[in-house]
Amino acid sequence: MANLPTPLERFVQGILPENPVYRQFLGLCPTLAVTNGLKPALTMALAVGFVLLCANVIISLIRSLLKPHLRIVIFTLTIATFVTIVDRVLAAYMYQMSKTLGPYIPLIIVNCIIICRCEVCASRQSVTAAAADAVGQSIGFGLALVSIAVVREILGTGMLAGYQVLPDAWPDWVIMVLPPGAFLTFGLLMALVNWIDAIRTEKNTGRG
Amino acid sequence: MDYLFDIMLISITAALINNFVLYYFVGICPFIGVSRQVGMAVGMGSAVTFVMTVAVFLSWTITTLILVPGAPLSSWVAGFFMPAQKAATMDLTILTYIVYIFSIASSVQFVEMYVRRFYPSLYKTFGVFLPLITTNCAILFACLTVMSNIVGVESPEQAWDLGRALALGIFGGVGFTIAIVIMAGIREELDLCDVPRAFKGTAITLIVGGILAMAFMGFTGVDSGIRTAVMGTP
Repeated sequence: MANLPTPLERFVQGILPENPVYRQFLGLCPTLAVTNGLKPALTMALAVGFVLLCANVIISLIRSLLKPHLRIVIFTLTIATFVTIVDRVLAAYMYQMSKTLGPYIPLIIVNCIIICRCEVCASRQSVTAAAADAVGQSIGFGLALVSIAVVREILGTGMLAGYQVLPDAWPDWVIMVLPPGAFLTFGLLMALVNWIDAIRTEKNTGRG
Repeated sequence: MDYLFDIMLISITAALINNFVLYYFVGICPFIGVSRQVGMAVGMGSAVTFVMTVAVFLSWTITTLILVPGAPLSSWVAGFFMPAQKAATMDLTILTYIVYIFSIASSVQFVEMYVRRFYPSLYKTFGVFLPLITTNCAILFACLTVMSNIVGVESPEQAWDLGRALALGIFGGVGFTIAIVIMAGIREELDLCDVPRAFKGTAITLIVGGILAMAFMGFTGVDSGIRTAVMGTP
């Protein structure tokens, strides 16, 4: 047990060094599907954060009872319960948003981030570490979603969260809010992250 | 004629126009992860098609018999515990997600055991992918689409029957296979190209995916075109 990271390390790692989207390539479905605007992206990040936190805490509490071959089923059932809660709450208080997000809220159940965190962290560590890990990963996921959503919404509509940011003369790049724009933006941003990373490692090793 | 036509439209829409991967972004993880070689991509695609058909069949049966308001099986069981009027409007749709994911997970487990026991050669082709498929968004997405066409419709006559649901399952899987095989073909060629260092790996795959999605946008409107051609009127 001594080799496992402490709660604080778990928290910090989730935000940038082990960012779920840019570093681990997890949870790509919502990353691409709901990032055509800032508001749906934020709602999605909050929903995933809530489910991840609850699932991590519950799994961590029952970790001594888990049987290896039934593990994944227990994970998905726990997650499905909380996703149902999120889905009902969204439908009750934010009806329009729940229509916009549509099937992507129930698809949180099969979001690899949550299953991966349950497997890697919650099923092995204490509640504190699991909760810290969940919060860190959620912030990392939220940052990634927001970064893509900002680029797509500004270039695609000239607006950000409903406010005009680019001059009216801006020809809206409609392709950016359509499916291909998601792939292109994400690909370019990932290349940017890799590039910055390469420069930083070069500096650290004293070659740059 | 109308029914066959409906099935045809559902199939074309699921496979090409609203391709699961390139339009709805479901099943991206295997699309990026398992698309290095054409052979593997074909294996993954056929496994997904197979499981999706089974899962859609299960979810259609469960939804129609148990989950929708006033479903036969649940109201029959509820009739033992509560007044008949209340039992007839038994609504279990809130359990949908839990029931679906449980039925997908267990059916994948059974299919894997069955295939390994009775068709070892088939198991070699796509057996290794089966456990991964439990957490494939595309399968759950197909089930949810079927559900929204049973529960979400205005009148019971508009609800999908089993044939329509199966068409969606099979051709949704075919669409996934088409996308992942094209992707694998392109990536095999990409290995020989000089890709900028920052783009190596996932980044260039996503860009290629974007260009593929643009190509598939060309199918937009094909369904209404077919409708005009067959029905005579737009």
